[in-house]
Amino acid sequence: MSLDLVWHYAPSLLSGFAVTILCWAAGSALGLVLGFAIALLRRLHIPPLNGLIRAFIELFRGTPFLVQLFLIYAGGPSIGLKLSATAAGILGLGLYASAYFAEIFRAGFAAVPVGQIEAAASVGMTPSDTMIRVMLPGALIAAVPAIVNMLIILTKETVVLSIITVPELMYQVQTMAAETLTAFDAIFAMAIFYWILVEAVSRLGSRVETRVTAFLAHEARA
Amino acid sequence: MIELAKVSKSFGAHQVLRAVDLSVGHSEVVCLIGPSGSGKSTLLRCVNFLEPYDSGDLHIDGRLIGYEDGPNGGRRLMAPRALREMRREIGMVFQHFNLWPHMTALSNVAEPLRRVRKLQAREAADRAMAMLTRVGLAAKADAYPSRLSGGQQQRVAIARALAMQPRLMLFDEPTSALDPELVGEVLEVMKSLAAEGMTMLVVTHEMGFAAHVAGRIAFIDEGRIIDDGPPRRVFHESPEPRVRQFLQTYHDRNSF
Repeated sequence: MSLDLVWHYAPSLLSGFAVTILCWAAGSALGLVLGFAIALLRRLHIPPLNGLIRAFIELFRGTPFLVQLFLIYAGGPSIGLKLSATAAGILGLGLYASAYFAEIFRAGFAAVPVGQIEAAASVGMTPSDTMIRVMLPGALIAAVPAIVNMLIILTKETVVLSIITVPELMYQVQTMAAETLTAFDAIFAMAIFYWILVEAVSRLGSRVETRVTAFLAHEARA
Repeated sequence: MIELAKVSKSFGAHQVLRAVDLSVGHSEVVCLIGPSGSGKSTLLRCVNFLEPYDSGDLHIDGRLIGYEDGPNGGRRLMAPRALREMRREIGMVFQHFNLWPHMTALSNVAEPLRRVRKLQAREAADRAMAMLTRVGLAAKADAYPSRLSGGQQQRVAIARALAMQPRLMLFDEPTSALDPELVGEVLEVMKSLAAEGMTMLVVTHEMGFAAHVAGRIAFIDEGRIIDDGPPRRVFHESPEPRVRQFLQTYHDRNSF
């Protein structure tokens, strides 16, 4: 392999990396917000709404991300949704992620021990105070490991965006490989970039996890 | 203060409470004892309506809890706000403490004062600190529940209930989840409460506590109160074979 070649393509690789990070961060943020909203709406137990939510989750978990992305980018204009490749990519990633995050938050709420909710009821706390002060912290703490896991998966799902010509890292690497006919160098460079991103996310994740669970360390004893 | 008249409750086909009559007077301490599965915890949980009873009347200070008069003579579930108001006056202590793990001991006690009693942060913290001092845990105010022993956690839970200045206290097997050597510190707090005249309804397996602190013992079996009287009489002269058998088993198990 030649370092010269990688060096030559460094600017486009770096800009691709920047676009990858942007799409990952924006898509994840959208997915977290939407997923959380879905999980909250679901707790209202309104039958037609719950049916809709279940259908949404089935749709986005049950079909390949690639297909969803095509439908949004290529099929979007026919329903008046004309988006740039990057915007479509972020929207697609966000919707896809939201289906998973909604389930993660639902499991988080289910993990809050019923006794803690009963304690709130026994002192006469309102349902909204109980939600904000008791259930939310417990649910979020329980959900942290699964959230970090999903964020890591999403870093790697961004490669799919290259298919709809989002100029992210995979796209730049493919261009480099095609122009130089050296697949190995390009892919090696790509692997390093993704490894950096995943490593950063997982380190940050375990830090957050350690912090939020610090005071639960001996809970098993109770 | 607490009046139960023909209170019944079923879980599906299984009838847990069968027309229970029981009354607890002001400043009285009544212990509910009986075999597991007899319905004593369910009965206690009906008193603050954490467990809805199906029929009968349950009055707290003359007010029916859980239900209100509906149209055409029937009754319907009480408005949630009215139920919350009643629950504020009824302290409850649970077998598994049920502290909020993401809050310090002080915050656990102060939280209901802020959210429910609407006290300012400072005032709530001061009152919470006074309550922790009372249960002997002022030094642990900043500790999270996971750093406290079971006995300490239960004392925090008692402080949390007491801080609301309830008119009566319910205890649901408050020492059953504790190591034997931690039981004493919790019972001491309960004894001092009783001495101060708190009205208490206590589900317990601590026969010593029941014998020395309770004014009355109600023995419940298969959803019925089959004996109800002063500890001395229930423990030593009960006419009910089931009560004598239960106490004999208890006695045999605890002698060595």
